[in-house]
Amino acid sequence: MPDFEPVLLARVNKPDSTSLESYRADGGYAALKKALGMAPADVVAAVKDSVLRGRGGAGFPAGLKWTFLPKDHSGPIYLCVNADESEPGTFNNRILMEEDPHQLIEGIAIACHAIRSNTAYIYLRYEYGRSYRVLEAAIKECYAAGLLGKNILGAGFNLDVYLHRGAAAYICGEETGLIESLEGKRAWPRIKPPFPAIEGLFRKPTIVNNVETLCCVTHIINRGAAWFKSIGVPPDPANPRDLGSFGPKLYCISGHVNKPGCVELPLGVTARQLIEEHGGGVWKGRRAKAVVPGGISMGFLTADELDTPLDFNGPLKAGCLGLGTAAVVVVDDQTSMVDVLYNCCRFMSHESCGQCTPCREGTKWMTRILERIRAGHGKLEDLDTLLEVAGSMGIIPGTTICGLSDGAAWPVKNAINKFRAEFEDYITTGRRAVTPAQELMAAAH
Amino acid sequence: MILTEQIRERIRAEFPKYPDKRAVVLPALHIVHDELRSVPHAAIEEIAGLLEIHPAEIHDTMSFYQFFREEDRPLGKRRVWVCRSLSCALRGGEELLESLSHKWRVAPGGTTDDGRVSLEYAECLGACEGAPCVLVNDECHMNVSAEDVEQIVGE
Repeated sequence: MPDFEPVLLARVNKPDSTSLESYRADGGYAALKKALGMAPADVVAAVKDSVLRGRGGAGFPAGLKWTFLPKDHSGPIYLCVNADESEPGTFNNRILMEEDPHQLIEGIAIACHAIRSNTAYIYLRYEYGRSYRVLEAAIKECYAAGLLGKNILGAGFNLDVYLHRGAAAYICGEETGLIESLEGKRAWPRIKPPFPAIEGLFRKPTIVNNVETLCCVTHIINRGAAWFKSIGVPPDPANPRDLGSFGPKLYCISGHVNKPGCVELPLGVTARQLIEEHGGGVWKGRRAKAVVPGGISMGFLTADELDTPLDFNGPLKAGCLGLGTAAVVVVDDQTSMVDVLYNCCRFMSHESCGQCTPCREGTKWMTRILERIRAGHGKLEDLDTLLEVAGSMGIIPGTTICGLSDGAAWPVKNAINKFRAEFEDYITTGRRAVTPAQELMAAAH
Repeated sequence: MILTEQIRERIRAEFPKYPDKRAVVLPALHIVHDELRSVPHAAIEEIAGLLEIHPAEIHDTMSFYQFFREEDRPLGKRRVWVCRSLSCALRGGEELLESLSHKWRVAPGGTTDDGRVSLEYAECLGACEGAPCVLVNDECHMNVSAEDVEQIVGE
């Protein structure tokens, strides 16, 4: 692959990358000026033409989402920026916010002009304290410089941007859970329809976009939809529902690699390329046993599936749930898949919001069954029970309101279907793997 | 009254940001929790008065998050969260938690006798490139050993 010049991460590691002065010195806010000279509908059209797909996990086309807003609505219309990044393995938005906050604020302002919104809320997970302080300072700079507030850049456009901190709950990354949480309620996802574009925050039309998605918007306005579509992978002719995977993407690499980190590459890089060329290879000279393609809720690739392109289509072909957040977690060949799956199930059980019974109970029982297997008391039929529970929870079987449950089920399905022999061996040889730390945590419940 | 005028003023300052005062529940809980190290029931009632909603609505939201401490279990001076999710667990996150638990003689969820530190496990902190990582209050520290964490907390 020819060297790719980063766009979204271009300013990371520059001294003073967070200041307005340095952002402007690099041409910052030129895209906003350009957008404010365009009709809102033309900005929407440009983003729609680019086929920018949401970077938060679901991959829904952002421009198309914007067109779902009611026409000629008297307002208010809200933008919620989803900065609740909590999918295990994922940290790209944190880097964007900590290192280049103005790139995000410019994207927010352009998006708000496009959707005719005068109020944006950045819903930021509590744990990102540094992001909070960096964004707070950047927003203050923008108000002082006339880039936020009234009559922005003299173009008659008004916009207020507010930071809203979460309280450590994964479900707030689900867009209607986020809205409920912002309204001051428990973050129980809403039944859709109505979709937020029709009835969202404070029952008003609302768009929820991910941080990286909004950062892409800035560059699409600057360089054009054709530029964006020149990067990445065109639609797969074999899949009429594939819209293509265009643009740059931030890939997170963590787990058992020599060089964990975040890299920006055209969509479509393979898991193997990420690990070998960007992650410094598997650590300790070992081999990869399993690789999470896009956050744990997407499931696992096996060592034989590492040439899977990580675009919106590739992981599906390998039986994973999707590209997710493009957060790659590498598991080496010395690690037990039983332990890995237990970790995933424990996370989902802890983070299920409890609203839908199949998810609340399913995640709990899957975790308990894995606890029993790890305590040396597993039975072979437990594996089919796990698959049965996993197969009965989620939007796909139609038993839950949101997709958390599908993301809880997928690692179970992939782990048992792709690594069944290892699970069977673990059970029949009576292995045990309960660590003191886990006993401590279990006692703390 | 348990909430000082200064805390009340900070809560009221949030009102203009939202068309509905109920949206100030989380900001208000954070303000109170940071100051008092828990959210006592009396504070819930006073927040409810400011926001003009029922105290049960505040308690409902608060209890959902498992983030805010009730008055019988206040936080210590510092709150240390140790990440236990996959990327950290693959690189020693759970062992780090165990080690801190022994060093400080406190179980996860508890506070040291001297009130210096509360220890917690956390789900993914979003700093997976620096696993294992911890959050001290709301500041993340990456690639840390138990000794590193002790030093950070001791500062």
